[in-house]
Amino acid sequence: MTLYFLDFVLFAIGIYALVAKRHIVKKILGVAIMEYSVNLFLILIGFKKAGVAPILTKDMDLVTFIKTAVDPLPQALVLTSIVIGLGTLALMVSIAIRLYERYGTFDMHEINRLRG
Amino acid sequence: MDVRLPLFVVTPIFGAIIILLVGKWDKKIFPRVWSIITMAFLLLLIFLTWNKGTLLHFMGGWEPPYGIVLVEDSLSLLILLIINVVGFLSIVFSYSYILRYEDYLRFFSMFLLMIAGMNGVAIAGDLFNLYVFLEIASIASYALVGYGVGPEELEASFKYLILGVLASTLILFGIAIIYAATGSVSMADVARFLINNPGNRAVLLASGFFLMGFSLKAGLVPFHAWLPDAHPAAPAPISAMLSGVLIKVLGIYAMIRVFYHVIGITPMVSQIFIGMGGLSMVVGALMGFGQDDMKRLFAFSSISQMGYVMIGIGLGTPLGIFGALFHLLNHAGYKSLLFLSSGAIERETRTRKLSELGGLREKMPVTSAASVVGSLSISGVPPFNGFWSKLIILLAAFQSRNFLVAGIVVFTAFLTLTYYLRFQKNAIFGSVSEKVKGAHEAPIPMVMPLVIFAIFCLLIGVFNHTIISGIIIPAGQILLDRAGYIMSVLGGV
Repeated sequence: MTLYFLDFVLFAIGIYALVAKRHIVKKILGVAIMEYSVNLFLILIGFKKAGVAPILTKDMDLVTFIKTAVDPLPQALVLTSIVIGLGTLALMVSIAIRLYERYGTFDMHEINRLRG
Repeated sequence: MDVRLPLFVVTPIFGAIIILLVGKWDKKIFPRVWSIITMAFLLLLIFLTWNKGTLLHFMGGWEPPYGIVLVEDSLSLLILLIINVVGFLSIVFSYSYILRYEDYLRFFSMFLLMIAGMNGVAIAGDLFNLYVFLEIASIASYALVGYGVGPEELEASFKYLILGVLASTLILFGIAIIYAATGSVSMADVARFLINNPGNRAVLLASGFFLMGFSLKAGLVPFHAWLPDAHPAAPAPISAMLSGVLIKVLGIYAMIRVFYHVIGITPMVSQIFIGMGGLSMVVGALMGFGQDDMKRLFAFSSISQMGYVMIGIGLGTPLGIFGALFHLLNHAGYKSLLFLSSGAIERETRTRKLSELGGLREKMPVTSAASVVGSLSISGVPPFNGFWSKLIILLAAFQSRNFLVAGIVVFTAFLTLTYYLRFQKNAIFGSVSEKVKGAHEAPIPMVMPLVIFAIFCLLIGVFNHTIISGIIIPAGQILLDRAGYIMSVLGGV
């Protein structure tokens, strides 16, 4: 339970950096922290203490297999979500570089030609 | 098993890759022609799978609840129809519009990737694939919003990206909680589990995350900050796709699919839908008043019109659902028409400011006529389609005795009419202004989609009964029948 709570704290830190920080790179770091907290949450769902890889070998009976094997599905989901996170991160960083070329600053308060 | 379903996703991705590969030799003509061919093939695919009941495809032969399943029912069909018709006409429009930019290859390949993502969202049968396809469509759209790489485009793109990533992360968190609570990500399996084991508190938390995430994607009012920046900054065909399709598919469609079929609608969620809908309608319409930029005005009116859809869905009565889905279809038609016409006007006059326009009727008669049809439809003038869907939503509000909601619906319709009259008076009619003097009619690939959209608006309005009984009611019945959805996907499993 403590682990889940700490994971939520990590998520909250990510959202805080995303919303409250003015520096673009800090915002991007916030997004990365937020994404990793979700990935961690997915991994925690499938985690078992002293678990084994979910491969059924001949010397293992089904009952101990179900008791000890970790859930493989969240791991597959996390792989996909990490790849997607990489894609967004790359796009974000490249837009940040272009923004710096145009405005000469990373401060979001000075990049304000549009108003919501 | 229907092998045609994966083609909805595979064809546009394949088209995007081919464009980039062949683009080494032909950078100008091939991407434009090939993307039109791809979209025409998708339209053919919809025609082939039209009204065949619920079609299923099990990826790799793994049957649900264990494998990935693609589902095409009447609701998906309505959404696929909107995506691909608007996508086809926007790509035809881009044939001439793209001439003002240098890089054709990436524009068309990202356009097709966006189509692939949205088609995937429409036919996804499990929550995680919904998320993956949603991200494909979103990432392509972030890049397309900043396509002009000017300072304003990049700023809008970055804002949209930050809020979009926040939305996607919230949605993924919701999916993770649902998986932890139910042990499955297949929509039908989760729904069956939740029916058999009601009262799960974790699902409430997941509902909150989904509500925030999908509302951000849909641009509903407390979460609308990105929308009025992103829509005007994007190239006109992309604005038409964003406003006409993307906010509907990634926001509204995904939201109603998850809440009506997977989690199950509760009175509390319905009240939130109605609240956000009412707020979006009024705030969007009021913000629309002060806008001088044509595309910003349309963007705010999109927020307001999405409010109508949310009200219809929140009412939850069959009439409300039919009205909402009908309004979804109508809004895709006339809002895409208005954004495309703003692109044609901007191309000829080099301005989007209403104060600098005037007398377009004399210089660009066809574009002007089409955009007048669009603004009459969106304001709800009787023979056109917007009137009928607003009328149905109004009747649904009266029928369920929500008189305050009915009042807001009427008030917003009045506001919409007012600011669209202002748009017409300043841009289309009046005396010819300085900037309009040199304008000519736009080239045929740009005018043709406008005329087709205008004809759609008129025909859907005149033959509203045929459209409602043929497309809208089957889709609405699918949405209301949660047990039927579970049965049709899982069968007797």
